[in-house]
Amino acid sequence: MKGLNFHIAKREPMVWYKNMLVRAAAILASLITSAVVIMLLTQKNPLEIYASMLSGAFGSSLRIWSLVQNTAILLCISLAITPAFKMKFWNIGAEGQVLISGLATTCVMMFLGDSLPYPVLVIAMIAASVLAGIVWAVVPAFFKAIWNTNETLFTLMMNYVAIQLVAFFLKYFVKSGSGVLEPMPQYGLPVLFGQSYLLNIIIVAVLTVLSYVYLKKTKHGYEISVVGESENTAKYIGINVRKVVIRTLVVSGALCGIAGLLLVGGTNHTVSTTTVDGRGFTAIMVSWLAKFNPFYMVLTALLIVFLEKGAGQVATDFRLPGAISDIVTGIILFFIIGCEFFLQYEILVSKNGKEND
Amino acid sequence: MKKFLAIMLAAVMLFAFAACGGNTATDGNATNGNATEGNAELLGMSESPIADVALNIDYEVPADFKIGFICLHDENSTYDLNFLNAVDRIQEALKLTDEQVVVKVNIPEGDECYVAAKDLVAEGCKIVFANSFGHESFMIKAAKEFPEVQFCHATGTKAHTEKLANFHNAFASIYEGRFLAGVAAGLKLNEMIAAGEFTAEEAKMGYVGAFTYAEVISGYTSFYLGAKSVCPSVTMDVQFTGSWYDVTEEKNAAEALIARGCKLISQHADSMGAPGACEAAGVPNVSYNGSTYDACSETFIVSSAINWTPYYNYIIGQYIKGEEIAADWCGGIAEGSVVLTGINQDVAAEGTFDKIQALVEDLKAGEVKVFDTANFTVGGEAVTSFLADVDDAGDNVGETEAIAEGYFDESAHRSAPYFSMRIDGITLLNEMY
Repeated sequence: MKGLNFHIAKREPMVWYKNMLVRAAAILASLITSAVVIMLLTQKNPLEIYASMLSGAFGSSLRIWSLVQNTAILLCISLAITPAFKMKFWNIGAEGQVLISGLATTCVMMFLGDSLPYPVLVIAMIAASVLAGIVWAVVPAFFKAIWNTNETLFTLMMNYVAIQLVAFFLKYFVKSGSGVLEPMPQYGLPVLFGQSYLLNIIIVAVLTVLSYVYLKKTKHGYEISVVGESENTAKYIGINVRKVVIRTLVVSGALCGIAGLLLVGGTNHTVSTTTVDGRGFTAIMVSWLAKFNPFYMVLTALLIVFLEKGAGQVATDFRLPGAISDIVTGIILFFIIGCEFFLQYEILVSKNGKEND
Repeated sequence: MKKFLAIMLAAVMLFAFAACGGNTATDGNATNGNATEGNAELLGMSESPIADVALNIDYEVPADFKIGFICLHDENSTYDLNFLNAVDRIQEALKLTDEQVVVKVNIPEGDECYVAAKDLVAEGCKIVFANSFGHESFMIKAAKEFPEVQFCHATGTKAHTEKLANFHNAFASIYEGRFLAGVAAGLKLNEMIAAGEFTAEEAKMGYVGAFTYAEVISGYTSFYLGAKSVCPSVTMDVQFTGSWYDVTEEKNAAEALIARGCKLISQHADSMGAPGACEAAGVPNVSYNGSTYDACSETFIVSSAINWTPYYNYIIGQYIKGEEIAADWCGGIAEGSVVLTGINQDVAAEGTFDKIQALVEDLKAGEVKVFDTANFTVGGEAVTSFLADVDDAGDNVGETEAIAEGYFDESAHRSAPYFSMRIDGITLLNEMY
């Protein structure tokens, strides 16, 4: 068969500004594509839609606080899963790890709130949530390390166990049967300078720096990279892979525990089966898009939350069905993720007259 | 044009006669056969047996007035769609511009609700309305912060104990709507019994409920009592899902009920899960929140719903007139808050329309009480006294006598339902939730 032949080849690494240029082009292309889609579907002016998105995210100090707060929570969960993913341990159980920590925090607030002095209560909340997160992460890690079970399925199943435990908790302790637990702001984490989100944001900022140092500058971080690249190499140079797997998941679970603590103790002061709201999964995208670099993750988390907030505002301003904003978010993410492919690979086209076999 | 209409009508009547060929009873269709045009064999939907109630608008809306709405989900949930449709109706009735009506959908029952409420206040909304039970605490938090803005909350229970001047609860006596829908269900069962499909003893209905919560209990009990009022041998199984909106769980629950021998299904959960399962299995369904006829034309009978437009009209009117909004407001049939969709004449039993229409008048006149203690027993005994948990202090311990003059006085002591008795004839399959 005569014709064009396509094949995909790994690209030589490009200089950084070319990389950035490609990404900028991808974002531009995604905006144009979604503009066309919006026009076709809704007959609205796409520029107005983008203006509405910007206003939804940055339109007032309240919206900016909310944007940063949501970014902080998403970032915290992303930081949590990063060491595991870097080690190629597919931890898709962050949803459950955060939720169970939230439940642990709720339990401490509910049952010890009255009896403990406030500083001790806060310490108990931290301890309970971190411990719960660790347990939820380490159980699959332990099984993986000892019996080589599939961590993807295991962590996924642990999510459902956590959700059902929360449902059971709500059934058992919410006597009216409504399934809605009254918030307990009186037992919440301290509020700094009258800004209820400030503490969350500061904690996550500190964790971001610590994560960077841990992954890039410590022996632990190095071991994680080696195990991730090749388990055999790791064994060959004398790394105890089992130990690294379990230790890394302790770190991962502890960070999820902090996310649960911030969500329940710092923000909602109550728990429900939807408290984490899918962020345990979104975090995977945040972490992956940022190539596991905690500082880039700030940007990718911000991007995702911006899209969410912006899309919500579009739905409000134009009374569009929620699905339209999901479509726009989907298109933008598609282009951004797609361009990463073209940064790593190139498609070579060659004319050839030979028969294909 | 007139000629065309006449021909169409003639054609419709002809088909109506043809359709009734194998069927002895013919009345009931003639009065309300207006929905049949364009569809030859099927009779389609009748008009609603409850006549429309016109909105009483005795105020002028100033141009700077703004109202904000917070919804838990979006139009994909039948529950939220019902609110959104009411928003559209009030906007049209009051000729409000799009800038005057701000709708936020997909707002979770957490801090996000508080943020959304604050955001609406910042946008200049004078009234903020939220539609989900779990929004309540966060609405109260916002209400305390902005005393000059009115916060109204559907299905909540705390306004009468919080005693804030600007926080209000609302509901509707939807148990009356469910009772009427139950009558349609009972008549359908009677028809199936008469046709020899099963015996009177086998007449069992299934009900998919969200939580074992008073609102749901009140709902399925009134539905059951409606059916029982025309089909005395009926029993009912209730399966709970533990979620207000879970397509898969609701579908599974409906399928499980059908497998247990339930001949007719109704639901109090907000997805298309249960109606869809009924359509697939060919089991009649009495719906909630609005018509599911379009998706389930072969099994949909009728649906009760709360129409929130009268409440919106009330709160906007009170605000503009500078009058107080009641802490608890419970609209009924007379206010136009409790409505029924049309009846699907291809599925419903003969005479359903007339029977319900007559009952509507009796309910309005107070001659029929849904929770008449003569019509149900608990543990085999008649109920003479019941303490309901009206204050919702978290203990689930009743403190308010709710039986008065031979009936359970639902939604009188607060707007949200508090009927929570487990009456005979209804089996709860899983009280897990």
